[in-house]
Amino acid sequence: MTESHLHPEASWELKDHPIPTGKEEIWRFTPLAPLAPLFAGVPRSEKRLHWVGPLPDGVTHDCYSLAECVAAGGQAPFDRIAAVAVASDKAAYIDFPAGLVLDEPYVMDVEAPAGVYYQNLNLVIGARAKLTVVLRHRGQATYGELLNVIVGEGAEVNFVSVQDWDAGSVHAGQHSFTIGKDAQVKSVTATLGGSLVRLMETASFTAPGGQLEQFGIYFADAGQFLEHRLFVDHNQPNTVSNVDYRGALQGEGARSVWVGDVLIRKQAENINTYESNKNLLLTDGCRADSVPNLEIETGEIQGAGHSSTTGRFDDEQLFYLRSRGIPETEARRLVVHGFFADIIRRIGVPEVEQRLLAEVERELEQVDLSPTPASLEQGIEEK
Amino acid sequence: MSELIISGLHVEVETEDGPKEILKGVDLELRNGEVHAIMGPNGSGKSTLAYSIAGHPKYHITSGSVRLDGQELTGLSVDERAKAGLFLAMQYPIEVPGVSVANFLRTAKTALSGEAPKVRTWVKDVNAALERLGLDPSFSSRSLNEGFSGGEKKRNEIVQLEVLNPKFAILDETDSGLDIDALRIVSEGVNRYMESGDHGVLLITHYTRILNYVHPDFVHVFVDGRVVTEGGAELADHLEEEGYDRFIQLAKA
Ligand SMILES: Nc1ncnc2c1ncn2[C@@H]1O[C@H](COP(=O)(O)OP(=O)(O)OP(=O)(O)O)[C@@H](O)[C@H]1O
Ligand SMILES: [Mg+2]
Repeated sequence: MTESHLHPEASWELKDHPIPTGKEEIWRFTPLAPLAPLFAGVPRSEKRLHWVGPLPDGVTHDCYSLAECVAAGGQAPFDRIAAVAVASDKAAYIDFPAGLVLDEPYVMDVEAPAGVYYQNLNLVIGARAKLTVVLRHRGQATYGELLNVIVGEGAEVNFVSVQDWDAGSVHAGQHSFTIGKDAQVKSVTATLGGSLVRLMETASFTAPGGQLEQFGIYFADAGQFLEHRLFVDHNQPNTVSNVDYRGALQGEGARSVWVGDVLIRKQAENINTYESNKNLLLTDGCRADSVPNLEIETGEIQGAGHSSTTGRFDDEQLFYLRSRGIPETEARRLVVHGFFADIIRRIGVPEVEQRLLAEVERELEQVDLSPTPASLEQGIEEK
Repeated sequence: MSELIISGLHVEVETEDGPKEILKGVDLELRNGEVHAIMGPNGSGKSTLAYSIAGHPKYHITSGSVRLDGQELTGLSVDERAKAGLFLAMQYPIEVPGVSVANFLRTAKTALSGEAPKVRTWVKDVNAALERLGLDPSFSSRSLNEGFSGGEKKRNEIVQLEVLNPKFAILDETDSGLDIDALRIVSEGVNRYMESGDHGVLLITHYTRILNYVHPDFVHVFVDGRVVTEGGAELADHLEEEGYDRFIQLAKA
């Protein structure tokens, strides 16, 4: 099997993942110092986070050994931190049985006090199940994780992860979807809080016919570093992926990285993929890196494309809104709100949509969007 | 009694070869109850005039003035000009993804009147305005202008005109790209707006067709950055028959 040159090989073994130096392709953007405790690993301990609310009827929870973990078919760690999470934590399993239909989103709240934690979590979703899972991170932790979402045949899954950490928190991890025959997966990643958040989000297919939509929003404030690395592995024919991430940055030293890797393997005929990333720089002094990559090993595909834009406010949009009486600051707020709402409204779970819109509102309240002196237009010159 | 007085307006745009003068001394006087049509060849500066009055940052007013009921507009910001009572229906309305028509209208109305519109009547009012312009109420939850057809965008401009109810409206080729029914519907919207008697319209157009519905009190011929001839509605018919050639020669002379 050919391995993409874009990615190191995945492995369950910690020894296959040396501590990175920063020169590696996948680490080249990331400040490594805050991640040191997560690279080092801690001895396996009872220090675990409590995140399981009352489980919905029919859903069960268990702990697995590494062997069982491997057998379940989740994605092996792609990086050191996910490998340390596997080595340091018992694998937690939540089983959603075949045919289960949940009318309400199942919400998991990770509320972490200061300290170093690992999580190796597996969500196993049975065939034809229809459900929404919300995973919400809050608190002050230094947090390393591997999350596997294993989706059975014909299932329809919405998965939402919200990174709503306090300032000073560090979160690095791998979220992986393994998608069964004809299953439909929609993921939403909202990264708003934390000093450093780095998520590797991967997806692969176990059979033809799977469909994946991945939406993301992030909002980097002064001094925040937010990285999302996506890797869609089209390793089965007739599969579809659509990735759309939007970020806004404001304040000195606000940084974001988005990497969108798509690999279309030789056998993946008749697939369709599109990935898009848009960044809005709200102030001076912030920086967004955006790197889409397409690696195509077969010509027999329906479509493959990507786009990436990073820019400031569109003057024409602001003019249009202001020409209707909306003051400049309010017009900017409206444009940023729309920029995110455009993604959020596609989630299709009203409860989640409202919650995320409220989070965006809250972020916007903390931003000074008033025009800088240079952007105030000049009136008539004195004659 | 309301009036919009444009006098001696000179406007430049920044180009690669330095500033370029587009408007070369425009004088126009609009009073409430009046419809003024502006006709002129492509590139003569009609949109420049519209944008300059509205305060688009791309256009630099080097001299002249624009007064609305005595208030000088040229020193005001774009939104302050709107607050003073000005409205511009754009030749190419802008798309704003993720901002719904309803949210946009409510925000604008609130900004203009200083208080949020009454929840009870607001939705009804917006839907009624949409309906009058032949747009389905579902448009209110759609992103502003995004994915609208050319004609739908123009209708949406007139919906805004009706809802925001400014003192003076500049309509920049609102009739372009409209089908026969839409032209009538949009014209009726403009006429409704004029009904109250205390509004005025500056209507930029290439076609006399709309002038059969919206009767102009004055027609101004615009060539090379200034008004070269003025007259009544009959002037538009002359233009239709003879074209601009005579006026272009006149402007050169
Ligand atoms: N940045 C620029 N550089 C050079 N010329 C410019 C620039 N911006 C505008 N112009 C010129 O200004 C002139 C006036 O343009 P304007 O859009 O006002 O014309 P118009 O009368 O509205 O034309 P139309 O009937 O086609 O809408 C045009 O010749 C245009 O090319
Ligand atoms: Mg024009």
